[in-house]
Amino acid sequence: MREIGIESLEELYADVPQKFRLKRRLKLPSTQSECDVRSVVNELLSKNEGLRNMPMFLGAGCWPHYVPAAVEAVVQRTELFTSYTPYQPEVSQGLLQALFEYQSMLCEVLAMDVANDSIYDWASALGEAVRMAVRLTHRDVALVPEIIHPERLETLRTYSEPVGIRVEPVEYDPETGQLDLEDLKEKISDKTAVVYVENPSYLGFIETQVREIAEEAHDQGALFVAGVDPTSLGVLEPPGEYGADIVVGEGQPLGIPMNYGGPLLGIFACRDDMGLIRQMPGRVVGMTTSIREGRRGFCMALQTREQHIRREKATSNICSNETLCAVAAAVYLALLGPEGLKELGKVIMSRVYHMMQALAKIDGTKVPLFKAPHFKEFTLNFDGAGRSVKEVHEGLLQRQVHGGKDISKEFPRLGETALYCVTEAHSKEDIDRLALALEQILGRES
Amino acid sequence: MYRQARWDEPVIFELGREGRRGHVVSGVEKEIKRAVGDPLRFLPASLRRRKPPRLPELSEVEVVRHFTRLSQMNYGIDLGLYPLGSCTMKYNPKINEVLARSPSLGMIHPYQNEETVQGILEILYRLSRWLAEITGTDEVCLQPAAGAHGEFLGTLIMRAHHKANDGLEGRTELIVPDTAHGTNPASGSMAGFKVLVVPSDGEGCVDLEALRAAVSERTAGLMLTNPNTLGIFEKDIEEIAGIVHGVGGLLYYDGANLNAILGKVRPGDMGFDIVHMNIHKTFGTPHGGGGPGAGPIGVSEELAKFLPVPSIGFDGEKYYWDYDRPHSVGRVRCFYGNVGVLLRAFAYILSLGAEGLEEATEVSVLNANYLLKKLKEIRGFDVPYAEGRPRKHECVVSVERMFRETGVRALNVSKRILDFGLHAPTTYFPQIVKEALMVEPTEAFEKEELDRFVEVMQRISEEAYSKPEVVLNAPVNAAIGRLDEVKASHPQSLTLSWRMHLKRRESRGEP
Repeated sequence: MREIGIESLEELYADVPQKFRLKRRLKLPSTQSECDVRSVVNELLSKNEGLRNMPMFLGAGCWPHYVPAAVEAVVQRTELFTSYTPYQPEVSQGLLQALFEYQSMLCEVLAMDVANDSIYDWASALGEAVRMAVRLTHRDVALVPEIIHPERLETLRTYSEPVGIRVEPVEYDPETGQLDLEDLKEKISDKTAVVYVENPSYLGFIETQVREIAEEAHDQGALFVAGVDPTSLGVLEPPGEYGADIVVGEGQPLGIPMNYGGPLLGIFACRDDMGLIRQMPGRVVGMTTSIREGRRGFCMALQTREQHIRREKATSNICSNETLCAVAAAVYLALLGPEGLKELGKVIMSRVYHMMQALAKIDGTKVPLFKAPHFKEFTLNFDGAGRSVKEVHEGLLQRQVHGGKDISKEFPRLGETALYCVTEAHSKEDIDRLALALEQILGRES
Repeated sequence: MYRQARWDEPVIFELGREGRRGHVVSGVEKEIKRAVGDPLRFLPASLRRRKPPRLPELSEVEVVRHFTRLSQMNYGIDLGLYPLGSCTMKYNPKINEVLARSPSLGMIHPYQNEETVQGILEILYRLSRWLAEITGTDEVCLQPAAGAHGEFLGTLIMRAHHKANDGLEGRTELIVPDTAHGTNPASGSMAGFKVLVVPSDGEGCVDLEALRAAVSERTAGLMLTNPNTLGIFEKDIEEIAGIVHGVGGLLYYDGANLNAILGKVRPGDMGFDIVHMNIHKTFGTPHGGGGPGAGPIGVSEELAKFLPVPSIGFDGEKYYWDYDRPHSVGRVRCFYGNVGVLLRAFAYILSLGAEGLEEATEVSVLNANYLLKKLKEIRGFDVPYAEGRPRKHECVVSVERMFRETGVRALNVSKRILDFGLHAPTTYFPQIVKEALMVEPTEAFEKEELDRFVEVMQRISEEAYSKPEVVLNAPVNAAIGRLDEVKASHPQSLTLSWRMHLKRRESRGEP
């Protein structure tokens, strides 16, 4: 204060009009010690019941997976997590190389050429992908499957509406859940910017006609966008092998805890095509060399697409993204390697098929609703038992089991149906406990 | 003297050996194996992965060593001053990290029944009320994942408001000052607006005449940062609000600089209708090298009906999500927000309390003014705009004179700062200042660290005037020297993944 010649800190606020000044303290709690804060927050958190207290079978865009300790250890390196966006690449080589490796490993998993450092989540990545496709094709219709996560669809509509993009659902085959190709052919036109499919779908089944769909989209001059769960890609054909131009998806299963639904990790990748790359949203790291020494190094590339340079003409407004989650995903993929990723897929599928078999034996259930291969989620219907999902769910909770997601309101056509999820983080005992509880609930009064 | 670690660390694909594994996935129980058999038989052959992904094969220790070495080649707040302007790189208290790693947060799912997650709901509810109090707004939505995400949502709410009032057709223009963060115009155009730029006056504030000329019945709103990116408080905020509201426009507060005014003056009281906050700036959560952050927005009562679904509620007994919002603009992501980040902010505000937040603001402003005073005494450094007026949390100096006299540019100064174990300020922003260095010390660093920064700047100035090549060749103590950023982005050499690298190498006929 002496140095800058002021008597009171108030002088620094002399130019703030008095009438706007807050003349009281903020109505917030008073300063507290670290020890008190720890006990207050821990007490609040202890009111939550999580997967540790009871088996839980929720997925639907955020999935319970095991996070290896080495992933946690790396993301706790404060050199990484207390840094900002690497605007000074020379002192940020660690983060930049880790991001380049995330991009590269993700590309291997997806069989794509270019990935950015993340969008906020799958839903916002889809919004960005559709807008990118519209910019590239100068067309304004997006065809999406009717079976899609409702929050993802809602997000897509929010991203699309202001720029006049029409989002149109394509029907599904009621037997198999697969996209109705006839309906697709009817709806696709020279106004279609993008055809989007999810694989595995929101309801857990695998879309087996992806090649035909990609071909149809390309024949009509539209881009083909695929939405994926990367944990399926050790066993499932990657989108780059069936014609995807852009891939979006959710990277949360790759070493990021659920955290009540955020932060997540929006995957965004495209083919090696300058047209596509120039329109890509988000941060991306490139490999280069140092000017004088010629050593290999890394820095952010193609920044002229971005808001801090291009302003209102930028491909997106995104700057802060989910970088640290991308680093976690890089460590996760490096730990698993190609064999681990395949093993993960096989374990998940084994559990899913075992669980579907076990639940199918219970009177009054139909599982799954769709005749199609499934990956880590499936539909479980109670119409045959004459019970609502809500009733069954309450019964499960009383038995210390948390059932799947009630989708009876999202998809009324599917009746009293819930979406169940199982991963490598569940045990056989969890599944047995669920089956026993369901037997009791459905058997008792029906 | 500072020396950053300089490992010749290979790219991860060059490490490891076939057959190594860093993590073993929990196996399948025998009974399941027996009942199910090979699960791949359920996949049609055409959809089974044919070529395994070419991921590296490493042991756990190799993976940990690799990423630990990489982390040693990265600068973070825990190593020292990080005065990036408008980024508010303050200390991230360790207790918040401990709390955020609780399995009682990590293992809870967003679709759990509300009665099983009352703890986190209470945290989110109370946080949203605190943020409303801090910003002087009526309702706060925690959904956006970053500041720009909040801006996008805020501009969508502007749209919804005008659409509901007088149809949208007329309200096509969004105004931003020339000092605005790049996200403002980018967000506006994402929301479908035409962006108009108004110039600053000689004081570095919005030129009122230009603003009057720019507004019309087409004006949807004005996006403003206050204090602005020069660190100057827009003292004519009442007139600005009057001009914008006078034509039926809305006033949007870019919260990037909120750290300057906590407990002093609130955006809502100044007439702002929509406010976004950067949780990872103002409320001490780590920036993670580029996220995750969180960008909640607060709005006036009139606009609350447009907020995304769901909103958080409390009926006196229990906390719940309310999906019944017929006027909502929709949602901008899945679920409820970056809860892991929001929990840290809850703990931060709880720790500091009302007094602590206000003190943080005061010290951050004091620190910025102290640096301003010291920096402007340095040869070749000038302070553009509003001579003699106090800055708020940040200040901007221009080294244009030094550039003219020595050939040393702002960029070179920034690179040389790195050699002394400090981070550089934001360089070349705001764009209206030539050779700009935008300095935001925050409250988190003590006077000795600020003095060291001043000494380093002093020394760089001396070097510029005596042996400029030292500055021009910087950095020499970082993990690597100046990078070829043109090459990184040139279509001929653009390498955004290892597979692109291999492809290029192959096309050049190298092994």
